[in-house]
Amino acid sequence: MVRKQPEVSVNREISISEFFEKNRHILGFDSAFKSLFMIVKEAIDNSLDACEEHGILPEIQVEIEKLQRDEFRITITDNGPGIDRKDVPNVFGKLLYGSRFHGMRQTRGQQGIGITAAVLYGQITTGQKSRVITKKKEDDVAYLFELGIDIKENRGQVFVEKPMIWDREHGTSVSITARGKYQTGRQSIVEYLKETAAVNPNMDLSFTDPEQKHFVLKRVIDIPSRRSTAVKPYPLGLELGEIQQIAKTTETMNLLDFLSQEFSRISRKTAGEIISISGMDEKGDPRSLAPEDIRKLMEAFRKVQIMAPPSDSLCPLGQEFIRKGLLNVYGDLHPSFYSKPVMRPPAVYNGNPFSVECGIVYGGDLPSDSQVTIIRYANKVPLLFQPGACAITRAVSETDWRSYGLEQRSGTGIPFGPMMVLVHVLGTRLPYTSESKEAIASVPEIVDEIKSALRIAGRSLKTYMNKKERRAKVMEKFRIVRELVPAIAAKSSSLLGQSEPDITSVISKIANVILVTETFAADDHGLTVTCQVYNYTTETAGITIIPDPPAGEISGTRKAWELSSIAPAGKAEFTFRLDGFQGKYDGTVYYFTGQDVTRVQGADPLPGDWDIRGPEIVEEEASGGN
Amino acid sequence: MAETEEKLRKIAEDIYRSLKEGEIPQISVSSRNKENIVLDPRYLVWKYGDNFVTRSARSLDGAEYILKVMSVVEFIMEMRKTAKTSTLREMYYISEGWGLGKFHTQDESDILSEDLEVISSLKREDFNLRPEENGASIIGNLTIEEKNRKGEFKTINCRDDVGDGGYGIPYNVEPDKLRLKSVDADFVMAIETGGMFDRLVENGFDENMRSVLVHLKGQPARSTRRILKRLNEELKLPIYVFTDGDPWSFRIFASVAYGAIKTAHISNYLAVPTAEFIGITATDILTYDLPTDDLSEKDVQALNAELKDPRFQNDFWKHEIETMLQSGKKAEQQALAKYGLDYVTDTYLPEKLSSGGIID
Repeated sequence: MVRKQPEVSVNREISISEFFEKNRHILGFDSAFKSLFMIVKEAIDNSLDACEEHGILPEIQVEIEKLQRDEFRITITDNGPGIDRKDVPNVFGKLLYGSRFHGMRQTRGQQGIGITAAVLYGQITTGQKSRVITKKKEDDVAYLFELGIDIKENRGQVFVEKPMIWDREHGTSVSITARGKYQTGRQSIVEYLKETAAVNPNMDLSFTDPEQKHFVLKRVIDIPSRRSTAVKPYPLGLELGEIQQIAKTTETMNLLDFLSQEFSRISRKTAGEIISISGMDEKGDPRSLAPEDIRKLMEAFRKVQIMAPPSDSLCPLGQEFIRKGLLNVYGDLHPSFYSKPVMRPPAVYNGNPFSVECGIVYGGDLPSDSQVTIIRYANKVPLLFQPGACAITRAVSETDWRSYGLEQRSGTGIPFGPMMVLVHVLGTRLPYTSESKEAIASVPEIVDEIKSALRIAGRSLKTYMNKKERRAKVMEKFRIVRELVPAIAAKSSSLLGQSEPDITSVISKIANVILVTETFAADDHGLTVTCQVYNYTTETAGITIIPDPPAGEISGTRKAWELSSIAPAGKAEFTFRLDGFQGKYDGTVYYFTGQDVTRVQGADPLPGDWDIRGPEIVEEEASGGN
Repeated sequence: MAETEEKLRKIAEDIYRSLKEGEIPQISVSSRNKENIVLDPRYLVWKYGDNFVTRSARSLDGAEYILKVMSVVEFIMEMRKTAKTSTLREMYYISEGWGLGKFHTQDESDILSEDLEVISSLKREDFNLRPEENGASIIGNLTIEEKNRKGEFKTINCRDDVGDGGYGIPYNVEPDKLRLKSVDADFVMAIETGGMFDRLVENGFDENMRSVLVHLKGQPARSTRRILKRLNEELKLPIYVFTDGDPWSFRIFASVAYGAIKTAHISNYLAVPTAEFIGITATDILTYDLPTDDLSEKDVQALNAELKDPRFQNDFWKHEIETMLQSGKKAEQQALAKYGLDYVTDTYLPEKLSSGGIID
C-alpha cells in the first residue's frame, strides 16, 4: 500500500508557528519572563542599528504596561530613520526577511528573525495584532499599521494601515501585546537597559515599568556611533550552504566574475588560480553550481594565497564611549578607579575578523566580598544569559587575577573583589553558542584575545593599587610626625611636669622627606582639593607639583604648581577644583619635578615626556565619531 | 611605694630625654615567646632570655605603642594618687578617652600591661590593676587571715569557715592582704576541673588524705599560682597537680611548675619548680584503660609544639607526649568514673601518690 502521500502533506503543513513553538528556546523565547525580555531586546537592537546606520543620536522610550495578570503591552519608540511604508509588512511579518550574505557587517540584531519572532510570539500567546507607527523624515505624515503574520504564507498580514499625524520628525514605534512575566534582578529588562546604556552613552533612554515607575538615562556624549561598513564575505570563513546561497542570488554571469566580485580578498588572478585548481570552467554559470562543485571550490580556497580578511568592517566602541558609558551608568557606585579602556587590534578566527575591548571599574561601593561582576557584550549587545557557557566568562576565569591584587583561590575561577569588568567582543560573524545569541562560543582565538585584553586592564589596576599602597605608607609617616610624636611629647612632659621639648629634629630624623599629602572637601558643584607639602628635611627645599586626579578634570588652565623655598619643618599648600565631580574621591596622584627622587614621599617623579597619563596601550583609530 | 613611682617615672623620662636630645624614642621589651625563655638555675624556673623587641617611633605601630605606654603610665600614677584600683577590662574601656593612645582590643591592653611589668620590673598589683576574674577556691584545714574592706584582718579556716564552694582566692594574695597562719595537712592537691574538685570534696579527700584541695579552674590565674607558691614556700607543703590527660593540661602543669611564657618575668614569684604532675598521663590512659576521645588536629599541633618547648625537655614529658601522639587519644579526669565514683579517691590517687613516694 502506498500511504506515503498523506504523510508528506502533513509534514508540509507543519506551520511556521509550530516550528516556532518547537524552537522557541533557540530563539530565546523559552520562558514567560525571557519572552518579555526578548521583545524589548529585539526592538532596541533594531532601533540602535538603524540610528547607527543613519548617524542619528538615539532617543528610545520603553514602556511595559500590565494588561492582565500575565499579559503585557510592550511599546518601544525610537527616533530612528523610519521604515518605508511598503517594507513594513516584511520587516515585521516575514521570518528570515532579507539576506545578509552579500554584505557582511557588524550589527546587533538577529537578522531576519528577531522582531518578527517577537510579533509572532505576541500573536500566538494573546491573539493580538501588533501596532507599528513609523514616519520617515521626507514624509508629511506617519503611518499606523495593525499587523500580524500569515503563518501559512510566512508573510506579514496588514489589517489596518492609515496615515496619522505624529509629533515627530522621524521614528518608529512598535507595540506588541504578549503573555509573559516581568521580573527584576541580574537577568532582567532593567539590567539589560542599563548595560545597553553603558555602551551607548550617546543614547537618551527612558523606561516605564509595569508599576509605572519611570527611569531615565540621559546621554553624555553628543557624537553618533560610528557606522559599521559592509564588507563582502571572506571566503575562508564561509560554510557550504552560505556559498550556495550567494551563488543562487548572484548577478554575475560567470564563475570568474562570481569569485572575484562576490568575495573579499579574491582578485581576478586568485580567482583564476582557484578555478584551475578545482578544475572547473571559468565561464560556468555560478547559479548552476552543484554542492559538489562548491566543495571543490572550498578546497581550492585553502590551496591559494588569500590575504587576511579586511578589518575595516569592525566598529569598536572606543575608549571614550566605554569610559563615559561606565561613568554614566555605574557612577552612583562611586568607583575609585576606572581603567583606561583597552582595545585590542583586530584578530581572526576561522577566517572571520573580530576584536576585543575591555574596561575595569574598581572600588567605591562595589561589594568587596563577592565575585567580580562581568558585563558581557557581543557587538554592543549586553549578554545576560548563559554566563557559564560564554568565552568571556571563561577568559576571566582563566586569568590569574592574584597578581593584580584580587582574591582568587588557586588563580582560576571568577575572582573576588570590588570590581566590574566590561568585555566587548565584536566581529562580523561571532560564534554564538545558540541562535538566540546568548553567549559567545569558546573559540581558542577569541578566548586568548579576551585574556590579552584583560591582562592589560589588570596591569593598569595593579599600577593603581601600588600607588594606593604607597599613598597609605605616606599617610602612616604623616600620622607619626604630625600626630603621634607630638602626642608622645605632650604626654611625657606632662607626666614629668616639664616643658614640652622641641621635636623638630626627631621629626626630620623619622621622616627626612618632603611629604606631599592632601585634603579634599566636596560640595554640590564638585570637589576642592588642597595639596599640602611638608618639608621634613633639614634644609630649605623647593618642588614643583603636578596633580593628576584619577577621575574628573582640574578646572582651569593651571596644571602645575611651583613651590619654592619651604623652610625645614615648614609647609606650603595650594588648592584646585574638580568641578562637577561627585561621589567618593580616592585621592589625587601627584607628580613632582625639581627634587631628588629619594627625598619625596606622596608623589611620583614626573615621566620625562610630560605625558602624565602614562603611555597609551593601544591608540584607537577615530574615537567613536564619524 | 615611692620606688614604684620612681620606676614608672623613669619610663617617661627615657622617652622625654630621647625627644629632647633629638633621638627617635624607643622602648625595648624582652620578647615574650617560647624561643626566649631560659631556665634560671637559681630558682629552677623559666624566665625570659636575652632577646628583646624594640619598638621605635619610626614606625606607626611603634609610635602608637609608645604613646599607649605613656597613657597607661599616666593612668596608673593617677590611680595611685587617689588609691583606686581598676580591672584590666575597666582600663580598656577607660582608654576610649585617650585619643590616639586608645586600645583597640582588650588583648592589646592586657599585653601592654604585662609589657609594662617587664619594662619596670614591677608587678601588676603595683599598678593597682587587677584581672576581672578572681582566683579559684581552696578547701582544706588551712587557716589564713585576710584583710577585709574595713582594713581588719579576719581569720578564716578553709575547711570549717567555708561552704562547699571553698575559700575564694582574692586577686591580691600578697602578705599585706593575706597571711598564711597555720595548716594541718601533708600536701596540696591542685585540680584542673570543677567536677573533679567537687568529687574530691564530696569524698572527703582533704580530711582522709590530710590534704589541701585547690581548684585551678583551667589555666590558673596569677593569684592561684601565687598562693600555691606561698603554700609551698612558707608552709613547706608539696604541690601535686591533677589534670585531664590532654596537651592543654600539660601546659597547665607547666605554668604551675615551670612558669608561663607570658609571665616569665615573674616566674620566680609564681612557679613551684618542685610541683609534681600526677596525671592523667598518656601512660595512665593505657594502664587504666580509660574512655578516650581522639586527638583533634589542634591537639596534635599543641603536642608537637610542646616537643619543641624548652620547658618540656625532659625524659618524662618527652615520653608522655610521644606516647599520646602515638596513641592518638586523650582522656578527661572524670573518665576515671568508669570504675565508680570512689575509684579516683580510693584507688587512682593513692596509687599515684604512693608510686611517687608521698604516702606509704
